[in-house]
Amino acid sequence: MALSDWPIKKKLTAILLLISGLVLLLTSAAFATYEVMAVRQTTLKNLSTVGRVIAANSTASLAFANEADAKEILSALRAEPHIVAAGLYDKDGRLFALYPPTLRRADLPSAPARDGYRFERGYVIALEPVAEAGSPRLGTLYLQSDMKAVSRTLRLSAAIGAGVMAISLLAAYFLAALLQGGISHPILALAKTAQQISVRQDYSVRATKLGEDELGVLTDAFNQMLGRIEDQDRALRGSQDQLQRHATDLEQRVAERTQEIEQRSAELLAANTELDAFAYSVSHDLRAPLRSIDGFSQILLEDYASQLDDAGRDSLQRVRAASQRMATLIDDLLKLARVTRAEIRTEVVDLSTMAREIVGELRTSNPERQVDVAISQGLTARGDARLLRVALENLLRNCWKYTAKQPRAQIAFEAAEGNGERVFVVRDNGAGFDMQYADKLFGVFQRLHSAAEFEGTGVGLATVRRIITRHGGRIWAEGAVDQGATFSFTL
Amino acid sequence: MNPGKILLVEDNPDDVALTLRALKSNNITNEVIVASDGALAIEYLFGGEGTPFADEVPAVVLLDLKLPKVNGLEVLQRIRATEDTRLLPVVILTSSDEERDVIQGYSLGANSYVRKPVDFVEFTQAAKQLGLYWLLMNQAPPVPRRR
Repeated sequence: MALSDWPIKKKLTAILLLISGLVLLLTSAAFATYEVMAVRQTTLKNLSTVGRVIAANSTASLAFANEADAKEILSALRAEPHIVAAGLYDKDGRLFALYPPTLRRADLPSAPARDGYRFERGYVIALEPVAEAGSPRLGTLYLQSDMKAVSRTLRLSAAIGAGVMAISLLAAYFLAALLQGGISHPILALAKTAQQISVRQDYSVRATKLGEDELGVLTDAFNQMLGRIEDQDRALRGSQDQLQRHATDLEQRVAERTQEIEQRSAELLAANTELDAFAYSVSHDLRAPLRSIDGFSQILLEDYASQLDDAGRDSLQRVRAASQRMATLIDDLLKLARVTRAEIRTEVVDLSTMAREIVGELRTSNPERQVDVAISQGLTARGDARLLRVALENLLRNCWKYTAKQPRAQIAFEAAEGNGERVFVVRDNGAGFDMQYADKLFGVFQRLHSAAEFEGTGVGLATVRRIITRHGGRIWAEGAVDQGATFSFTL
Repeated sequence: MNPGKILLVEDNPDDVALTLRALKSNNITNEVIVASDGALAIEYLFGGEGTPFADEVPAVVLLDLKLPKVNGLEVLQRIRATEDTRLLPVVILTSSDEERDVIQGYSLGANSYVRKPVDFVEFTQAAKQLGLYWLLMNQAPPVPRRR
């Protein structure tokens, strides 16, 4: 487990133990070192003292080359167990006497080295000059002492140190375990509280503040945050409830509306079906009697011509004319009704080509007329092709009709941009109309000219307007008497 | 000129009178059998013994659509469903020019669809043209012997 994942208690205890251990170790090491140094010094001092004493005692034996004496003096070294070897060298550097007696000559250096004390291979080597005060040197005393004292001291120190350290560490551990609670307990308490809150999602719980230290600050901040969370949570729940209620409310209203709409749809559908049936029967049933009226009037004219005077013939002609006119009215009304009923199939429609075709038909059926027709290229729109054709036919036929009295008839079909939308324009230089009555132009059966001037039922423009409206567009007209008319529409 | 008979299926007596007169004024002298409703039309055509077409089918049928009892389209269906009248030329002659009637008429196998004009002069013209076409110009299918 990584260090950062240890529980705080363990961390604190570990830190305390580590520090205690380190301190103890350093202290012990320092003392041990001091001891060792001291013992060494002591050993050295001892050796030096012993050395000087022996050296002083040996002067006579060296001066008189008394080997036996020398041996005896050296044997006094028995008192000092640490000295493992000793040797006397004469002034020429030859080994004169040695100690202990069991030692071999080879075990001592063949010639004395420099005077002084030094540590060599785990032994202290002392080389003391043997000389009487003021006299030339007689020889050299070689002393070799072991370091057992030092090592023993070292071992003792180490043992004591270790013991003390163990006990101290144990004590430190218990103390640490005891005292770290002061730090960790509040932290743990806070952590537990936070966990509880997180698990139970109960934001009303607060952590208890256990002191004014940084933990206290943390606890305060924590509690404050909790307070805010609690408020926000409450507010959130509040708005959630509100939203829920709104949603339910809306759902209900939507359901009601949908029901309303469905009802209306059903009604409209029923109305449309009725209209369908009505238009159908109209197209059939109303025409038959007209046929009879016209037919039998004609038969009268044909069979009883001789018995009818001019007035009589005139009357019958009027009867016939009236019934034929009624037939036309019925047909036009039917066309208008069809426009309302028809399903719109939207596609891209080439209005230029359509206009050209219509003009072509007009020219074919009225070859005697000279009309200048200007159709812009590439006029297209989105809409129902059949309905748009009906509209264009009506408009162009009107142009054709009302320019009949003009010597130089002109018709134009073009497009213009106005207010960001495309406006199609059909204009002629024919009879025109008085702008005063412009709003009547598109009424059903409304005419601004008498039938004598121009034939027509007054349904054409109403049909056009209905078609344009069904495409979501607008249509309006401008004109002046005898100066032509301009019809503009959008889709 | 096809000498065969003409079956006129028409419920309106005025229209019958006008049609007959129009045919006559154009010198169409074929015998015209009139059925005033769909049921009678079927009886005349398929009734067998004693009916006007017991021996042979008519040269052409002029069929109105809105008829009492059995309507014109049902008569047409019946005509087309029966083997010896399957090829019989049928001209729908009606007031309606509703698109669905036209479509249905042709779908069920009518040979022609003519809307009766209100103007009698036009009507007479139409009758003349119908007569000239169907009795003179049109190559009629072979008429099967029925008995």
